[in-house]
Amino acid sequence: MSQQGIKRRQFLKTSGGVAMGAAAAGSGLIALSGSRTAAAMTLSTLSEHEGQTLLRMTRQLYPHDSLADIYYASLVNELDSEAKNNPDTAALLTQGVTDLDAALGIPWLDLSDGNQLTVLRSMEFTPFFAKVKSKTVVSLYNNPLVWRHFGYEGEAFSKGGYINRGFNDLTWLPDPPADASPPAA
Amino acid sequence: MAVFEHTDDTVVVIVGSGAGGGTLANELCQQGIKVVLLEAGSRLGPDKFHNDEWEAFLQTAWLDMRMTSGSWRVARDFPNLPAWICKTVGGSTVHWAGASLRLQEHEFKAQTTYGAIDGANMLDWPLTLQDLEPYYSKAEDKMGVTRTNDIPGLPGNNNFKVMYAGATRLGYKNVHTGRMAINSRPRDDRGSCLQLGFCFQGCKSGAKWSTLYTEIPKAEATGNLELRTDCHVAQIEHDDSGKVTGVVYFDKDGVEQRQQARLVCVAGNSIETPRLLLNSASSQYPDGLANSSGQVGKNYMRHMTGSIYAVFDKPVHMYRGTTMAGIITDESGHDTSRGFAGGYEMETLSLGLPFITSFLDPGGWGREFTQYIDLYENMAGMWLVGEDLPQESNRITLHDTAKDKFGLPVPNVHFDDHPNDIAMRNHAFKQGSAVYHAAGAIKAIETPPYPSTHNLGTCRMSEKPEDGVCNAFGQTHDIANLFISDGSQFTTSAAENPTLTIVSLAIRQAEYIAEQLSQQAI
Repeated sequence: MSQQGIKRRQFLKTSGGVAMGAAAAGSGLIALSGSRTAAAMTLSTLSEHEGQTLLRMTRQLYPHDSLADIYYASLVNELDSEAKNNPDTAALLTQGVTDLDAALGIPWLDLSDGNQLTVLRSMEFTPFFAKVKSKTVVSLYNNPLVWRHFGYEGEAFSKGGYINRGFNDLTWLPDPPADASPPAA
Repeated sequence: MAVFEHTDDTVVVIVGSGAGGGTLANELCQQGIKVVLLEAGSRLGPDKFHNDEWEAFLQTAWLDMRMTSGSWRVARDFPNLPAWICKTVGGSTVHWAGASLRLQEHEFKAQTTYGAIDGANMLDWPLTLQDLEPYYSKAEDKMGVTRTNDIPGLPGNNNFKVMYAGATRLGYKNVHTGRMAINSRPRDDRGSCLQLGFCFQGCKSGAKWSTLYTEIPKAEATGNLELRTDCHVAQIEHDDSGKVTGVVYFDKDGVEQRQQARLVCVAGNSIETPRLLLNSASSQYPDGLANSSGQVGKNYMRHMTGSIYAVFDKPVHMYRGTTMAGIITDESGHDTSRGFAGGYEMETLSLGLPFITSFLDPGGWGREFTQYIDLYENMAGMWLVGEDLPQESNRITLHDTAKDKFGLPVPNVHFDDHPNDIAMRNHAFKQGSAVYHAAGAIKAIETPPYPSTHNLGTCRMSEKPEDGVCNAFGQTHDIANLFISDGSQFTTSAAENPTLTIVSLAIRQAEYIAEQLSQQAI
């Protein structure tokens, strides 16, 4: 294992409830394109029902109407890989889905939007919820395709930074005077 | 680079290579003094840094286990990450934003100026602004601080334009692109700022001052420095007379080593510095080294902080360009009519999409959260940073059971906000929001403190030995050849970003050490 891999694993092990811990997963995201929704889920350990439930859950946690399912599906794939490598994670996710389904006696996926949220709120402080949430908040927003979607341009050094690419291109407010904001060299 | 014998007891050992330790090393080497610089992290460089928030974080941050307690929200949101500081050559000067402000005259006299405050362990610094001014000048020149030494200010980015418009509409008078240790023109063999927007990730252009590629190579060029990387110092040793004799450390292979020394300077940042003194307890010093006052680890300060992020109906692209692109200093004075002692600065800040989603409202989820992320492009941001008061109960202690990979007790960081901190943050949140509303914001979001980047005060300097750990030169009251060389020395926190003051104190300390050595006083 690479040194960074070890560092990541150590940090994950020790970081408790820290959302940052899930950072480790981010780099594994692949750019998926074209296919829609479930087609992007390739489950090895989780069942189809568990996968679909987690897919919906990740979207309920961080809903962006304009973002295709494919980005959420890749999170479920990551959770599935983790479950494959770690029986504890597999058990946590399986039990979590069971609990979601049991909460109102109706499969969680069949619940109305509002009822789904009510059930999620009731589970907000469980390890299952924390696991799915921290995975989602870190991995979803660490995907360069998602960055582009939200207008974040990412890496800048190879492009010479923003000195000639709009660091001060805002025109809807007056420009500050030169003593406050001198011209670039 | 020099190589010194482990048994060479004429060298100065410095623990930590950041703003304090890195500067001190160079200043001593320039005067012909031999230095062994021990750094827990490894050596990177601009070519190795990543324009990627998570990658850079995992590459440079200090991620060794730490514990937290107290009522501060960081203990809940980031229980094992109380501080966002670095473990790499250059220390947190790799990560810092570059803001270089002098402390104000009255801030050196907090006790006299603010008077007694319930629950606060107030004290005046044992030195004045006048004492430090010559060293501030040297530090500003060394670091190439804009708006000093005829160096022009940096050009403001979009985030600054929003701050400027709102601030001036609100009536603030002192708003500009700051005093920054970032080259606005090529200087000191480093180029000018490319407006990369990744100041926190290690500056890939080298425009931002860091000891990594300024002080340390200059010290190496003298032939007087040996830098040993990936070396974690575990203990400082002493002889029967009570003087320190050297350090025990674990090298990059985890092998225990011993380096003898004529004197030892500790600059591990305000969590590791007291941890090392406490972990060095002996039968002669059962409470840890230099701790006859009982103040080692106490009075931990982390600045009153918070952020305002605001969304607008038009694009800002706050992430383009200098992270800390401008400042409002109007609230930095001491004016009790606001309901608190001390003051605060308002400084632009931006986070990329990966970090804004983790820090905007840690733990937040659902549509209330994502509606603002949908407007990321239209977001502007500022950091609020002000004086927090020393409290004895805010402290670094050794954890009872948790140990690191070397078997050393990990530090616990306990922090409770003082009512003064809460009142100041409340005022700052209101004013920061008002700035953005004046610029036309749809919504201003109050973001709680991040893991601490300004860690201060845990080995504070004091006039009297019973009030603190070291004197006005950072020399410990108890042990003449043991020095504190980082922000742990701060008697009170003041409002300003601390790096310039840490560097100035290091220059002053180097002058004092050289004098003492030449007089055989140590």
